[in-house]
Amino acid sequence: MTSPETRPGTRPEARRGGLLELRDVAVTYRSAAGDVPAVRGVSLELAEGEALGVAGESGSGKSTLALALLRLLPKTARVTGEIMLDGEDVLAMTWGRLRAVRWASASVVFQGAQHALNPVRRVGTQIAEPLLVHRMATPARARTRVTELLEQVGLPAWRARSYPHELSGGQRQRVMIAMALACEPQLIIADEPTTALDVMIQAQVLTLIRSLIAGRGISLIMISHDLSVLAATCDRLAVMYAGRLVETGPSREVFTGARHPYSRALAEAFPTVGDFASRMAPRGLGGDPPDPMRLPGGCSFHPRCPVALPSCAWRDVELWPADRAPEEPASPASSAPSHTAACVHVLPDPEAGPEPETTGEDETPAGRPAKESA
Amino acid sequence: MTLLEAVDVHVEFTSRGRRARAVDGVNLTVGEGEIVALVGESGCGKTTLARTLLGLERPASGAVRYGGAPLTYSTRALKAYRREVQLVPQDPTGSLNPRHTVYEAVAEGPRIHGLPGERERVASALSRAGLRPPERFFPVYPHELSGGQRQRVVIAGALALDPKVLVADEPVASLDASVRGEILALLLRLRAELGLSALVVTHDLGLAWNIADRVAVMYLGRIVESGPVEQVLSAPSHPYTQALLSVLPESPAPIVLGGEPPDPTRVPGGCRFHPRCQVLAGGKAAEAGVDGRCRSQPLSILPAVPGSRVACYFAEVSRAPL
Repeated sequence: MTSPETRPGTRPEARRGGLLELRDVAVTYRSAAGDVPAVRGVSLELAEGEALGVAGESGSGKSTLALALLRLLPKTARVTGEIMLDGEDVLAMTWGRLRAVRWASASVVFQGAQHALNPVRRVGTQIAEPLLVHRMATPARARTRVTELLEQVGLPAWRARSYPHELSGGQRQRVMIAMALACEPQLIIADEPTTALDVMIQAQVLTLIRSLIAGRGISLIMISHDLSVLAATCDRLAVMYAGRLVETGPSREVFTGARHPYSRALAEAFPTVGDFASRMAPRGLGGDPPDPMRLPGGCSFHPRCPVALPSCAWRDVELWPADRAPEEPASPASSAPSHTAACVHVLPDPEAGPEPETTGEDETPAGRPAKESA
Repeated sequence: MTLLEAVDVHVEFTSRGRRARAVDGVNLTVGEGEIVALVGESGCGKTTLARTLLGLERPASGAVRYGGAPLTYSTRALKAYRREVQLVPQDPTGSLNPRHTVYEAVAEGPRIHGLPGERERVASALSRAGLRPPERFFPVYPHELSGGQRQRVVIAGALALDPKVLVADEPVASLDASVRGEILALLLRLRAELGLSALVVTHDLGLAWNIADRVAVMYLGRIVESGPVEQVLSAPSHPYTQALLSVLPESPAPIVLGGEPPDPTRVPGGCRFHPRCQVLAGGKAAEAGVDGRCRSQPLSILPAVPGSRVACYFAEVSRAPL
């Protein structure tokens, strides 16, 4: 259905491990009412040149996770775990080192460009700012670079003299992308880069992002609640629910063959026009995302889950290999499972524990608690 | 039977001293129990058209008709009209007063219209909008609700007046993916249970595919293609509709139109889409011998008929031999 030339789902040059590695990252906000666990133990890897999509709804912790990567969170947030960017732990960096890394090694395209840009400064000045701050260019060289960058994002050079309010939403988002590219970072983090935009402008911005990262070895982390947009832009997807990863895998596989019921609901939320199964049949998910201060016990998705087993109320499953049917050849060149899901239904025997231990008690309908949730 | 109708409606604004033709000749009908999706990009005039149908803007020429009679713009007539045709606004968080409880928010309409049995009315509206048991939501404030629940409160506010038509402006654009389907299913259920009609204004073609019977595609103040959803969205005839569908994430061959949505103060001559048209730019229109007309000859306004109609010279000639 999609051609590999235009869609990056099968880019061969992406290799695993490398640029960014998260190990058991947790973010807790301290508030008057108590601690709010926003991200609860996320481990991820991002290869050089790889595009990773992080999906989830508001409150899933996806934006918190993205901002934690560059320590952009407010002081009330406590971040634990390890965030290794190009071999260096971001959480252990001094402020000076962190300032050098921001923009130069990794940059962010924020959600809602109209709020992220300074309304009283010309966009050219704003694009040049990281170059000058990081002493990567002389003022004269920076001006040339701004012209180049504007051209790369499809804006005429004279736009450098415009103020943000003189630009349309799509043009402002292009300016944000030019800023993110200015210091030639290895990693770009794009937080809902197209959410407020029209379909056609969204398509323009996504095409731009794809063309800019392709062939330059830039890695991309893109955050969205729209799984279809992520699947069309990214190599791999990670789906978050209530602060945890519930599914990871190659984009196509997660989008068309999700193994976690939450990922499946997200994939079905945006119908494919022309697919008669979704005609006059909008599909959603009952209930609301849980309050992070009052997470349900067991699997935190179980109260909304259409396929929950009685045991899900107390039993929590970690990410588990969920590669498709065994007749499909396993993806070569990787020993680690490429597709994982945190759901009892991907276990060899959902009614038994996740450990492949064999006891004769298969008749117990509720199963045994595999791992008591903390 | 036709319930709500726009007949050759023109709406104009003055923008920085220039005349903006926001709605530039539109015929559109919403039948009893029918869900019509009005789709297009920002600035195409779809929200202005919806506001005109609600009596919030007065057309410069043309008329809005409800139940066969033209709308009268006296305060009293509009008040009665708005009981029948209710708006569901775009942003539920912005449209709810944060200091009013759910009960007060839903009771506001019945109080303005002096309707009897307020408590029963509010309870029934809330439960029809899927907030059950309704009494539990009475004392709750908007900030205590999730986005999906707030949208249900807004819909309940509209339902409390027993309207015949809902005009919903991007009803799910500000909601999370998982909640979206639930709200759309609610609109379908209200149609099935109460026979409600709806005009849904959106830029989301998936929404039209999910719930609408008919779709009208608007570009720069005009409807360029309209008809049954299956027909228009499975086999689009207008190059603009084709481009809109082609940029959906699942599509194999995206046609990404250049430029920003055009400016209603500078409507191009000929077909208003011709400066961005991929069929004209690709030379197909010239092959068919219609390129001259595309550039210079204004298109006639599409009539409001149930079947599919397209305002495009190329589509007319390429469709004929089939």
